[in-house]
Amino acid sequence: MATQILMPALSPTMEEGTLAKWLVKEGDTVSSGDILAEIETDKATMEFEAVDEGIVGKILIAEGTEGVKVNTPIAVLVEEGESADDVATAPAEAPAAEPEPSVAVSASQPAGGPGASPGRVAAKALEPDWPEGTPMKEQTVREALRDAMAEEMRRDGDVYLMGEEVAEYQGAYKISQGLLDEFGSKRVIDTPITEHGFAGLAVGAAFGGLKPIVEFMTFNFAMQAIDHIINSAAKTLYMSGGQMGAPMVFRGPNGAAARVGAQHSQDYAAWYMQIPGLKVAMPYSASDAKGLLKSAIRDPNPVIFLENEILYGRAFEVPAMDDYTVPFGKARIWREGTDVTIVSFGIGMQYALEAADKLAEDGISAEVIDLRTLRPMDTDTILQSVMKTNRCVTVEEGWPQGSVGSYISSVIMQQAFDYLDAPVINCTGKDVPMPYAANLEKLALVTTAEVIEAVKQVTYR
Amino acid sequence: MATRKTTKKPNVSAEELLSYYRDMLLIRRFEEKAGQLYGMGLIGGFCHLYIGQEAVVVGLEAATKDGDKRVTSYRDHGHMLACGMDPNGVMAELTGREGGYSKGKGGSMHMFSKEKHFYGGHGIVGAQVPIGAGLAFSDKYKGNDNVTFTYFGDGAANQGQVAETYNMAQLWDLPVVFVIENNQYAMGTSVKRATKSPDFWERGAAYGIAGEAVDGMDVLAVKEAGEKAVAHCRAGKGPYILEVMTYRYRGHSMSDPAKYRTREEVQKMREERDPIEQVRGLLLTGDHATEDQLKEIDKEIKTIVNASADFAKESPEPALDELWTDIYAAEIPQEVN
Repeated sequence: MATQILMPALSPTMEEGTLAKWLVKEGDTVSSGDILAEIETDKATMEFEAVDEGIVGKILIAEGTEGVKVNTPIAVLVEEGESADDVATAPAEAPAAEPEPSVAVSASQPAGGPGASPGRVAAKALEPDWPEGTPMKEQTVREALRDAMAEEMRRDGDVYLMGEEVAEYQGAYKISQGLLDEFGSKRVIDTPITEHGFAGLAVGAAFGGLKPIVEFMTFNFAMQAIDHIINSAAKTLYMSGGQMGAPMVFRGPNGAAARVGAQHSQDYAAWYMQIPGLKVAMPYSASDAKGLLKSAIRDPNPVIFLENEILYGRAFEVPAMDDYTVPFGKARIWREGTDVTIVSFGIGMQYALEAADKLAEDGISAEVIDLRTLRPMDTDTILQSVMKTNRCVTVEEGWPQGSVGSYISSVIMQQAFDYLDAPVINCTGKDVPMPYAANLEKLALVTTAEVIEAVKQVTYR
Repeated sequence: MATRKTTKKPNVSAEELLSYYRDMLLIRRFEEKAGQLYGMGLIGGFCHLYIGQEAVVVGLEAATKDGDKRVTSYRDHGHMLACGMDPNGVMAELTGREGGYSKGKGGSMHMFSKEKHFYGGHGIVGAQVPIGAGLAFSDKYKGNDNVTFTYFGDGAANQGQVAETYNMAQLWDLPVVFVIENNQYAMGTSVKRATKSPDFWERGAAYGIAGEAVDGMDVLAVKEAGEKAVAHCRAGKGPYILEVMTYRYRGHSMSDPAKYRTREEVQKMREERDPIEQVRGLLLTGDHATEDQLKEIDKEIKTIVNASADFAKESPEPALDELWTDIYAAEIPQEVN
């Protein structure tokens, strides 16, 4: 029976890809293991192999097609004597064709209205950090991060990048794509898998006058290195009476990706936010990713730069400026409102903005604040907003106990208690290790629906 | 124990021997004074004395040139004095005073001197090892021929990050001398109770790193080994491991009763192997110095140490607003080259 070959999901976060090249043509006989096509994902160009034997009856998607959604039929495989049309008359019932989207996939749908292409974020912040009239270009968070590093490496010869797979592999998540070619192996350095060691080594290099960028393949692996991040990098300036510190950036994806389970899905925002001597950035948009990373690299202090794998492929408007930086400690108001303040950062912003859109339909006006940096934290902007709206909901993916939200709540309670008309609610990830099963993972993550529910509670609707 | 013996008559000048004698004696007397001040309650917290190990840093410092870097653990007073840091500033840091190297905010275990290229003073066992390799990385990156001396003990040698660092240091040919100060005890655990492969320097072979063991009670042997190690690094051949066999006379820290070894063991080491007595013997038997000259040096050292104690007592405690300074740098501290 003719079978459809579907666009494969070749990475945990892949939603669509480019069918770069067909390596077979109609009429070719293929057997299991033969390479059918090259598919470009959000991370890399992958070879796609045949699972079944058969004859390529029809190629449905031409090579070079971009934005082919996962599970789209791309070709039809037939048996001897069959026609490709056989499949057209019998709708495919491959179980993978219409999967229940995992939460990460559904969560990554754009906040924009109909017509917005996947991966593009339509919402724009108020009061941008660039001058009016600045030309804009659309860029993914991934590209913005790469550009930030490249620009800073051009600017300062002491800046270098080290980490696992950053050089020859072009980055496990393609963040460092092209950097090896431009800057060479002296400044773009592949390390052995040795987080504790290379984090410590980079701290020493920073003491020695360099400005290392340390990429952790994910921040989950930085737990191996956390002694050096905190004891060696964060505390030395103080312990040396100001004589020497560690001007460096520790960066990489943080928080849940999609279906990677408990050991690869932790959000460390609250952990690092607690440490005096560290600065912590956790951008949402591409322009903030770029501007904050450039500021982080220039900062004479150790900076924890928390990225998000799901956001890497998301496109935003980025100002086309020679040297665009975003200051630390300045929150961004994405949406003004009068009834409630929603405070978030990183990927939590996605839920906050979606919730605000839906709440607007119900006549609830939400002000949405993106903290952008957690240390220093722009509590002034939160307090001013809460004094206006009298209600606050915080949104983050991390766990509830000792969360970023619980700190914000305490600040509001101490400094704006009389303005509150309702208790602050913290929307967080659930208090469990991240489960693998799609349905359980969806339950464990914070959702837009929960943010809406929390807002309705604090506004007594 | 594959240690090197200096049985032959050393080819060393009187001047050199006198300087080793002076430097080792300064450390010994300084540490004795620190012990006293601790007993008087003027020094708090943890205080790890270097008494017995003096030949290690004095011998290796003799093999350095200007620009070389050093980094060590929390048993760091000897290293600081040997690289020329001011005894007043070190002692005042021990007493937690404004005049200390870290303005009183670091303490015994956390002291630094950018000027003398001393990068700490690290309180986490083994953490200084990748840091030392990183300092060497920065010199290689900048293209100079400086070498970093990375000191750690037999206890730290069992840390995973040491293995990680060996691997990277050799992979990238970093100019770092790994100095394992094997004083036989990791706090209260003797080497043989911590590992079945007690020749620590030989572990380097697994990564292709050259190394050797050396008698750490003999300052001349240490210096000679140090020169060989440094030459290896400066020639761009990558790291080198020196396992320096030494002994600490005092407990791990001031609060350690050292019940894990016999009084006789310590006494035997003091009587037969003491690094300062060895040099004293060479000076006197070789007619390089008279008893009177050595007494004069003893007096000078005593004066320096007493002055440091006075300074450390008189220096005021840090101003209260110091609590809030040096948490974040406003500007990048300038590298001193």
